Amino acid sequence: MTGTAAEIVFDNVSKRYPGRSSPALDGLSLTIPAGTFCVLVGPSGGGKTTALKLINRLISLDEGDIRIDGTSILDLSPVALRRGIGYVIQQIGLFPHHTVGENIGTVPKLLGWPAARIRERTEELLTIVGLDRADATRYPQELSGGQRQRVGLARALAADPPLLLMDEPFGALDPITRARQQDEIRRLHREVGKTIVFVTHDIDEAIQLGDRIAILGEGGRLAQYDTPDAILADPADPFVAAFIGEDRALRRLALRRLGDVPLLPFAGGGPSVGSALTVRNAVSLLLEGGFDRLTVTGDAGTPIGTITLAHATSLLQS
Amino acid sequence: MSHASPPVIPHFGTASDCVLANRPFCSDWVRAHWQDTLGPALVQHVELTAIAVAIGFILAGGLALFAHRIRRAEQPIGVVATLVYTIPSLALFQILVPFTGITTTTVEIALVGYSLVVLYPNMAAGLNHAPADVVEAARGMGLTERQILLRIELPLAVPAVLSGLRLAVVSTISIATIAAFLMPRGLGYPIFVALRDPAPFKTEIYAAGGLAVALALVCDTALVVASRALVPWTRKGLAA
Ligand SMILES: Nc1ncnc2c1ncn2[C@@H]1O[C@H](COP(=O)(O)OP(=O)(O)OP(=O)(O)O)[C@@H](O)[C@H]1O
Ligand SMILES: [Mg+2]
Repeated sequence: MTGTAAEIVFDNVSKRYPGRSSPALDGLSLTIPAGTFCVLVGPSGGGKTTALKLINRLISLDEGDIRIDGTSILDLSPVALRRGIGYVIQQIGLFPHHTVGENIGTVPKLLGWPAARIRERTEELLTIVGLDRADATRYPQELSGGQRQRVGLARALAADPPLLLMDEPFGALDPITRARQQDEIRRLHREVGKTIVFVTHDIDEAIQLGDRIAILGEGGRLAQYDTPDAILADPADPFVAAFIGEDRALRRLALRRLGDVPLLPFAGGGPSVGSALTVRNAVSLLLEGGFDRLTVTGDAGTPIGTITLAHATSLLQS
Repeated sequence: MSHASPPVIPHFGTASDCVLANRPFCSDWVRAHWQDTLGPALVQHVELTAIAVAIGFILAGGLALFAHRIRRAEQPIGVVATLVYTIPSLALFQILVPFTGITTTTVEIALVGYSLVVLYPNMAAGLNHAPADVVEAARGMGLTERQILLRIELPLAVPAVLSGLRLAVVSTISIATIAAFLMPRGLGYPIFVALRDPAPFKTEIYAAGGLAVALALVCDTALVVASRALVPWTRKGLAA
């Protein structure tokens, strides 16, 4: 596992816990290209956590294989494998008796980095996740929930692993902190370009974050694996359709910004809106004001086109 | 403590008015007998306690680690420990004498037994203090099982171990006075000797008893101070 991102392949993976009638995962095959932000989503008990923990061997495989950049995880020692994978869990699991700095430096220390390099990297990471350098000497109990979450993320990123596993990392946060953390993990993904496998049971979070979404249904069945737009446009079965909700057309429009879609030529009339607005919000404005059109303006405030309800509808066909 | 030729009033020495009147506390007697009675008794008491707690600590630690490793052993060991604790100390001496005689060994076995059963539950509980998510995060980051024990579970057990140690030290200091029923050792002996007199000499009882209490207080305070240094993350009002 070298380079900045790793490709992960689930090859017909099954897992059945002892004493359970139905499998937690059933013949899962999935290729996550290097650098992808892949979200595993689905109802409780769908096997999302199981799939994640199979990757770093916290749970052992029954059948099939998982390969990271072509190497089977079974060919590596669990300890070596895990040191090359960043892992973030919902409860964060910071070491209460270690300072923030020591927590972040855990894996580099295991890998035998010199102290000076660990200190440098810790400071760098504190900045990346938006914490203060002075926080390095504080204990986790002295931080807020959102700050702890950032430390958990910094700790997972410490040794610059090509792969990051995150299990419902934002589940315990309030909506505002959560939205901020979601923005940051997106930004971070753009910047560091790692492969991220992110588990959530929140379809909104999945749509917002994922380059690709894998929907796991009851009994560990992979119901659909595609881009958010493709899933919203064409749910594979009634289960997926129900899971993503009746308002999937609006959710799709929420994924696009006016500046990124083909607009009608500027025709004048209607209120002006910025190009950063999502198509969904443009539709909402059209409906709210009873307007027949909106003028979309670019960065400089110059009109770049026009949007109507009929045009928004046509965008859904593409 | 053998006396070649018994003086008339063996324990009173050169009697002052205070001593002759057997007032509650005669500091002149304490000064006069620090060298030959109280001082040595205090040293012996510290020895008895230190050996008992040290051996008890090692045994309890070993048992707790064993029970932590083999979870099924946890409950049986705990039950036996509680049973041992319920045996009255004097009865335990009687049980042991046929095997180990009237020796320091007998006393120490009993004292080790008590300190062990006080220490064990605290140590066993302490090792389970590490929250499951902390252990999972550690394992997920690639710590070996041994590193999880040494770097996570043991440090997080320190507060519980220290509170067990405080209890063990204080209770052993108290129980060790009973050693005097068996042999002339420790702060219990001056008390025992005084009580044998039809008119017990009060100063001797109060001085030896007071020393035992003071010893317990000093040790307890020292451990509290040590725990502040050993568990910095629980300072500043932080929850462990
Ligand atoms: N250690 C275990 N022993 C037995 N069964 C388990 C174990 N862990 C999970 N399971 C079962 O396997 C199935 C999948 O569990 P998993 O934790 O992977 O689901 P999940 O999709 O992560 O759910 P959630 O959204 O609630 O976290 C569930 O039916 C669960 O009860
Ligand atoms: Mg889960």
